Formats: sequence, C-alpha cells, structure tokens
Amino acid sequence: MKLTLKIWRQKNNKAKGELKTYPIDGIEGDMSFLEMLDVLNEGLINKGEEPVVFDHDCREGICGSCSLQINGEPHGPDRLVTTCQLHMRMFNDGDTIVIEPFRAKAFPVIKDLVVDRSSFDRIQQAGGFISVNTSGNTIDANSIPVNKHDADESFNAATCIGCGACVAACKNASAMLFTSAKVSQFALLPQGRIEATERVLNMVAQMDKEGFGNCTNTGACEIECPKGISLENIARMNREYLSASLEG
Amino acid sequence: MAILSSSIARKVAMALSGLFLVLFLAQHFTINITSVIDPDTFNNLSHFMGHNFVVQFIAQPILIFGVVFHFIMGLVLEIRNRNARQISYNSFKGNKNSTWASRNMIISGAVILAFLGLHFYDFWFPEIVHKYVESNPLDATRYYPELLHKFESPVRTGLYCLAFVLLALHLWHGFSSSFQSMGWNNKYSKGLRGFTQFYAIFIPLGFIFIALYLHFNQ
Repeated sequence: MKLTLKIWRQKNNKAKGELKTYPIDGIEGDMSFLEMLDVLNEGLINKGEEPVVFDHDCREGICGSCSLQINGEPHGPDRLVTTCQLHMRMFNDGDTIVIEPFRAKAFPVIKDLVVDRSSFDRIQQAGGFISVNTSGNTIDANSIPVNKHDADESFNAATCIGCGACVAACKNASAMLFTSAKVSQFALLPQGRIEATERVLNMVAQMDKEGFGNCTNTGACEIECPKGISLENIARMNREYLSASLEG
Repeated sequence: MAILSSSIARKVAMALSGLFLVLFLAQHFTINITSVIDPDTFNNLSHFMGHNFVVQFIAQPILIFGVVFHFIMGLVLEIRNRNARQISYNSFKGNKNSTWASRNMIISGAVILAFLGLHFYDFWFPEIVHKYVESNPLDATRYYPELLHKFESPVRTGLYCLAFVLLALHLWHGFSSSFQSMGWNNKYSKGLRGFTQFYAIFIPLGFIFIALYLHFNQ
C-alpha cells in the first residue's frame, strides 16, 4: 500500500507547528497504525532526519496513550478501537492521511503528536477515588451487596482509559464524558456514595479550572470513545452535581 | 456561589431558559393557527393578549428576559468553547459523529435572533406605538387585517419561512438536549426524544403553513 502522510510536526511547546508531507510505501493491511508510523520513523532515522514523536505504551488498547487525530477523527475511522488497534486495512492504496495531535487548550502539545494530558490526572486527583482504610481492618468488598445493574454500569464507566478522544472529538473540547465516567464509576457503588458530594463538586471544579469547554450534547464523544462510554454518564454527573450543590 | 459559574450550572441555565421558550412557542402557535381557522377567534385572542394586565406586564417582561438570557448565555458559552480549542484542526470530520444542527446551534440561534428583530419591527413595535404612543381607541377587529397585510410581501414571507427552518434545526437538537443537561437520561429518553423531534418539525412547519396560507389568501 502506498500512502501520503500529512503529519503535524512541532519542535516543542513554544514552537509553531506545521503539517509536513511524507510519502510512504510497502504498508500492509495487517499492520497497525502505530506499526505504520514505526516504518515511517525507521525510514526517517535511516535518512538522518528526526523521527515523528508520538505517544504509545501497551499497544493493546488499554493504556490510552496512543491518542492521535487521524483524518479528522480521534483514533481514526474505525469504531471502539484506539489508534494502536486501528489496522491499515481501514485505508486504501493511494490515500492521504492527515495525522494531528489532540487539540485542546487543556492538552498543550509537547512535541509533534504528543500532548500533555496531565489535566486529566488533576481531575482524577480532585476526587476520583474512595478513601479506604487499609491498615489491617479492610472490609471485603464482597460483603457489601451491589445491585447487578449498578455494578455493570459502574464497570462500564470504569473502562474509560482516559485517552482524551472525547475532548478531541468535541467541537467545544469538553471533558464531560471523561469526568462523568470517573464520577459515575464511584457514584453507582455504595462504597463511593460516602464521598459522592464532595467528589462531584471537586472534580467538576477542577475540570472547569483546566480550561475545557462546555458540553453542548452533540454526542460526538460517545461515538468516538474507544471504550463506548455512554452519554448517560454525563446525565448522571449533572444529576449528582445539581443535588450536591443543593446539599451544600 | 460556585454553582452559578460552573459549566454544569450554565448548561442547566441554558436548558431551563430553552424549555421556557419552547413552551412559549407552543402558546404562540396555538394563537396564530386560529388566524387560519377562524379570524374572529384570532382577533379576540390577540386583543386579550394585547390588553390583559398579567400578559402585558408580567408574562411579557419574563418572556423578554428569557429570550435575552438565552441569547447572552448562548453567546458566553460559544466564546468560552471557542477559547477551549485555540488551535483548530486541519482536518475535523464533525459529520461522522454528530449532526449539523447540534454543532451549529450558534448559527441557527443567530438566525432566529435576527428573525426576532424583524418580527419585533413588524408586530411588536407598531403595537407599542399604536397602544401607548398614539393612544388609539380599542379595536378588537384590527389584528387579522394587520396580520394579512404583513404577509403580502413575498420577501417577508420567504424570510419568515427561512427562519422557521432554522428554528426547526435549533429545536431538533436543543429541545431533547435540554433534558440531558438537566440529568434526564433513562429508559424514557428514547420516547421523549421522539416527542421533541416531532415538536421540532411540527411547530415550525405549522408556522410556515400559516405564513404561506396568509400570503396566498390575500
């Protein structure tokens, strides 16, 4: 497969970036998107040029590192997959592929295709946890009965890998889907109810502080999420937030 | 006071003001459709709306506040949202994951606002002048002829119809979206979405029908 890649190159956070064109040949349909970039980088290194910098870690759709905007969509044209699970068979011989970093004020570019997503970490740190005493008298989680529906919904919310595709897909660069998944996974469980009020208030306050946009319910985040996180989580967070605000 | 400045509070404020305007639209449509069915009823209802103290001095100011609030909040949200992505994508395929109506509420909203300007120029300001500046005597039969006169112009009729198409697009996303903003997303949401989409088509189409009916029945 012969392709033309248009890749965002940016030396550092301060530099002005631009799209650079790279022709590439010999790409197999069974290669993953990242393997295709590996081939490109090998060629660039052999020619003495600077390789394209991109984030990756597990390469099996779990870590959420490999976040690229591919032909105008986060993680490319396939659904429910991350960039590392995207196969080149989704493209045709002769295609031009535009590859850009996820764009948001809260995701500043570090270099080329790598962005700083530590804003997500700070949202998590603001309340995405439960306080459990582990000093010898830990209660077995199975001793607290959990409704099957709530357990399933909580688990579904917990599958969010924090890749940032929701922010990248949203025309407003809103992080509501991410934050709501992290709020929901605890709000649905009895263990999470104890700190529910301060959790949702603190996490939403941090989300706003990071400079993400406001959700306008376009639903783009749900469609592009590689883990299929549902918009129901945003509605749940809105309910949680409103009742928490009224409580005090 | 954190709730008043949070992103979720702003969403809820937009939703509540939008729902209020949706209710107003239903009321406005109900009165306007009588102009097609029975002009006398239209005259009587218009006279009542134009001279009832509660409608004029309580409901009307609340309505104007609702419109202004919805517009200003929409503009504030749009500015903040644009600021949240300062560098645009070279390639952004919004059509792959969302509807045009949902992504362009600011455009449909701006057209509706411009239409409101024309609508005020056509009906509201002349009514204020008639009642409070010229202090004309009460006449409960003047409303239908005045309405008919306004829709003589094919340009005005066309502009009204165009605005109603944009109103349909605005409602198509906004009405159902307001429930999601207020935290309503459950097993009834599918049915509710069906109702909101029916409303989004029925009401603007009804207004278009009224405008065309009046234009072609001079």
